[in-house]
Amino acid sequence: MRPSQAIASLRASLTPDGSADSIVPPSGHTAWLTTFTAGAMAFLAVFALALALASGRLAERWSDALERTATVRLSAPQDQIDLQIQAVLNVLQTTPGIASARALTADEQRALLAPWFGPDLPVDTLPLPRLIEINEDTSGYDSEGLRQRLAAEAPGAVLDDHTRWRKPLAVAAQRLRLLGFLSIALITGATAAMITLAASAALAANAGVIKVLRLVGARDGYIAAAFVRRFTLRALAGALAGTLAGMIAVSILPAADEAGGFLTGLGFQGWGWMTPLILPPLAGVVAYFATRAAAIRKLKELT
Amino acid sequence: MIAFEGVSYGYDGSNLLADINLRLAAGSFHFLTGPSGAGKSTFLKLCYAELLPNSGRVTIMDQIAASMSRDDIAFARRRIGVVHQDCQFLDHLPVDENITLPLTVSGQVAQPRDLRELMDWVGLAPLARAYPPQLSGGERQRAALARAVIMGPDVILADEPTGNLDWDMSLRLLTLLMELNRMGKTVLIATHDMNLIRQAKSQVAARVLRISNKRIQLAGADL
Repeated sequence: MRPSQAIASLRASLTPDGSADSIVPPSGHTAWLTTFTAGAMAFLAVFALALALASGRLAERWSDALERTATVRLSAPQDQIDLQIQAVLNVLQTTPGIASARALTADEQRALLAPWFGPDLPVDTLPLPRLIEINEDTSGYDSEGLRQRLAAEAPGAVLDDHTRWRKPLAVAAQRLRLLGFLSIALITGATAAMITLAASAALAANAGVIKVLRLVGARDGYIAAAFVRRFTLRALAGALAGTLAGMIAVSILPAADEAGGFLTGLGFQGWGWMTPLILPPLAGVVAYFATRAAAIRKLKELT
Repeated sequence: MIAFEGVSYGYDGSNLLADINLRLAAGSFHFLTGPSGAGKSTFLKLCYAELLPNSGRVTIMDQIAASMSRDDIAFARRRIGVVHQDCQFLDHLPVDENITLPLTVSGQVAQPRDLRELMDWVGLAPLARAYPPQLSGGERQRAALARAVIMGPDVILADEPTGNLDWDMSLRLLTLLMELNRMGKTVLIATHDMNLIRQAKSQVAARVLRISNKRIQLAGADL
């Protein structure tokens, strides 16, 4: 089936046809089962989507935060420390690709260590290495060349370009994002499977109705369309309710700013709030194709 | 309308019907008789392609049944009205909507006046909005007949239509079928009710076919 045909067929399937719709008995447990399944799956999909989007944001934030910075760690005897800091700064200022460089103050170093050692750490009395923060420009710098120059000018200086930290964090965040999308795919597949089962059960339960319809000259396409339309609309309604419930649930999660952690940032931001709205149409499309396939298969069985 | 050429049909390797050669001409009236289990219902099912022959050829409205698509079969059935002994309806729809079902599934709308006339003809006008489970056996048969003729089919096939009816109701149904035949419809009634056949033969030029030893023969004066 070509895309244009599929769209036309889908549109026809969603257009209510009172006379055709009435031929399928209205009740049955498959009715609420389909709606409930679609709703529950959409609810879960909203969370999976929130996880995927939040992971994506996290990956970008960590990458951005660490990508354009580097640190020089300088260990030297106390009487040489200032000289070597100056030597390192000189090297850095003459290195292409480095926008700025500055040595962290004792207060800044104390603040960095405070989460582990508390605020009263006597930084001056400890043999801690001094840190020099580097900000790159957009062109980047030659890290290997810089290492060699630092080794010549300031033997106690070690360049840390954050690659060691950045990569696992970015990879972890990207995998979380992938996991989120994989969850959505699994939820979609599970929805299709459940709707297929429900549609097959409904068709089997209505074998007598189908027999009568065939006797009076109904085409298989007509019979299938009546079932497909019903299940598509049920799935659409259920998914809409589930999506709205999921969005409400996500909206009442703690805001990211309050604690700044990943879990508290699990939500949508800005236009991201529009993305869950794709779930009801997606559920409708899934229900349409799942029911259609089930109907065609079942009608062939019911000769 | 419908022709059989060397048709055989059976289950599990043994033939129920063998080497059937028959042609139902337009406007003809046939009875098909024979003992229970002889294959009367099977023959009728072959006539509207619910079953396909194991060998031989069934031609329905100039199309070979075995090579008809599912849509072709559906379209052919709109020209063949079928009445079963245990006629089935959509129980969630009222009688009038069941009767107009052939029009509904073919995308047509019943004209209220035509529907009213049809319901009057079968004597079901007062029960138009009743539901099938509320109907008696005779009323169900008449509703099935109305449903079978609403599309103006060329052929009416009736499988033991009077099987559950008393004699008066059987005569009433037979009268309706004979009226249809007078309108030019081809009618085939499968029945084992010899009294019904004798009654009909006194009023209409009906041929009587008998299934015997898996074959269909023209019955003689022994009826």
